[in-house]
Amino acid sequence: MRLNCPLCGPRDRREFYYFGSEDYLNRPAPDALEEAWDEHLHLRANPAGITKDLWYHEGGCSSWLLVTRSTVTHEVHSVERVADRNGAQS
Amino acid sequence: MRYSGLKVITQGLFGNKGWKPAWRDPEPKAEYDAVIIGGGGHGLSTAYYLAKNHGLRNIAVLEKGYLGGGNVGRNTTIVRANYFLPGNSEFYSHSLKLWEKLETELNYNVMHSQRGQVVLFHSDGQRDAAVRRANAIVNQGDDAEILDVPTLKERFPFLDYEQTRFPIYGGMNQARAGTARHDAVAWGYARGADQMGVDLIQNCEVTGIDIEGGRVVGVQTTRGAIKAKKVGMVAAGRSGQVAAMAGMRLPVESHIMQAYVTEGLKPCIDTVISFGMGHFYISQSDKGGLIFGGDIDFYASYAARGNLPMLEHVMEAGMTLMPMIGRAKVLRTWGGIMDMTPDGSPIIDKTHIEGLFVDAGWNYGGFKATPASGWCMAHLMATGQTHEVAAKFRLDRFRTGHLLDEEGTGSQHNLH
Repeated sequence: MRLNCPLCGPRDRREFYYFGSEDYLNRPAPDALEEAWDEHLHLRANPAGITKDLWYHEGGCSSWLLVTRSTVTHEVHSVERVADRNGAQS
Repeated sequence: MRYSGLKVITQGLFGNKGWKPAWRDPEPKAEYDAVIIGGGGHGLSTAYYLAKNHGLRNIAVLEKGYLGGGNVGRNTTIVRANYFLPGNSEFYSHSLKLWEKLETELNYNVMHSQRGQVVLFHSDGQRDAAVRRANAIVNQGDDAEILDVPTLKERFPFLDYEQTRFPIYGGMNQARAGTARHDAVAWGYARGADQMGVDLIQNCEVTGIDIEGGRVVGVQTTRGAIKAKKVGMVAAGRSGQVAAMAGMRLPVESHIMQAYVTEGLKPCIDTVISFGMGHFYISQSDKGGLIFGGDIDFYASYAARGNLPMLEHVMEAGMTLMPMIGRAKVLRTWGGIMDMTPDGSPIIDKTHIEGLFVDAGWNYGGFKATPASGWCMAHLMATGQTHEVAAKFRLDRFRTGHLLDEEGTGSQHNLH
């Protein structure tokens, strides 16, 4: 599998560190209930099909990337930098 | 039909014409007392123990494909009880004891072979950890012993002991560990359950779970609606999709784990050997093929096939540990869909929906757990109470902070 990094171009899967579902982007407020933290950290839709997950370009530009891909075919549909997303907080 | 050596001989003399199918192929009934979603090892053993231990006979196992076609048919067949944490250790200890009686219990040859498992260590720190783990296993009531290098060299002359990078300092042996024929475990439980009247319904995919007023009332399937007051979700890697039908999200992310088998070779590895400095473990099947595996591919996937980086790592680790296998040809590789939890330990629990139970999150350790998983899930479904050896496999333990992180790698699905 190769990921097309917006900054570095198409790179081998080995350059990237997989972190997990995009749920990790939805960080609850510090005083949120433990149910909200459970959703954020543990509970997953775990789709068989299109998913969005977070990858870190460890062997490249050090960007955090949001990858839209299929968990069934391993086809990669899009790769965007988390920092470039609308409303992203730096 | 009861199987025996005499039966094999007499059938052999008369052209093997008297064998009957090992289980029926029934049409689904409109209603059951309990329904199990998933006809793999755990689902079948759950049905078996519901019938055997708790006297429930009006049960169905619903399988979307064929019995034992999932992870129980695609794994490295290792059976062991070398866990450290309270909560895990008593469960796997219970499971190993069930394994030791399984063939008599089922009247079925599951080819359970207690050939032992040696986990190697390669540094002083790993030796300390192995001794500590061995003591915990002995305290649990199971067996473990530390083997020194001369003993290892006598038993396994083919390991590369002197290399500078990962020298072998010793190993922890569990003599009661071993392997079993994976498919046969599913078939044995299927046959046993069927003989007690359990309906095993194949090619029957569950498409919906019916819930009324917070209680489960039945399931929708590709072969019609089936009513049931108790439903067990035992779907391994597909648990996420099944739970979604009940509007639930589980603490599970599905990952691929690959395994590999070589051409058949003369007997050369008479135990299970695990490398301590890379993900590699190996045994030899009765057909002679070397069966080995590594870690998951580390990213969520349902593809049932792996990617090359992990294959490369496993081959490198194997060559580092035992260069003798370098010329063996790999015949097949395959991938199983692993239901990974954030702490690497499983879930056997009720859900917030009355009558709906979940048995999932087996990570890549589900095969050896097959008997105890079914035993404890059946106990839970029949009595409504958690079985004592599975008491810590709670669904809500991530929220409450009672994690069972055997490897101590942290709360992330792909790190176990």
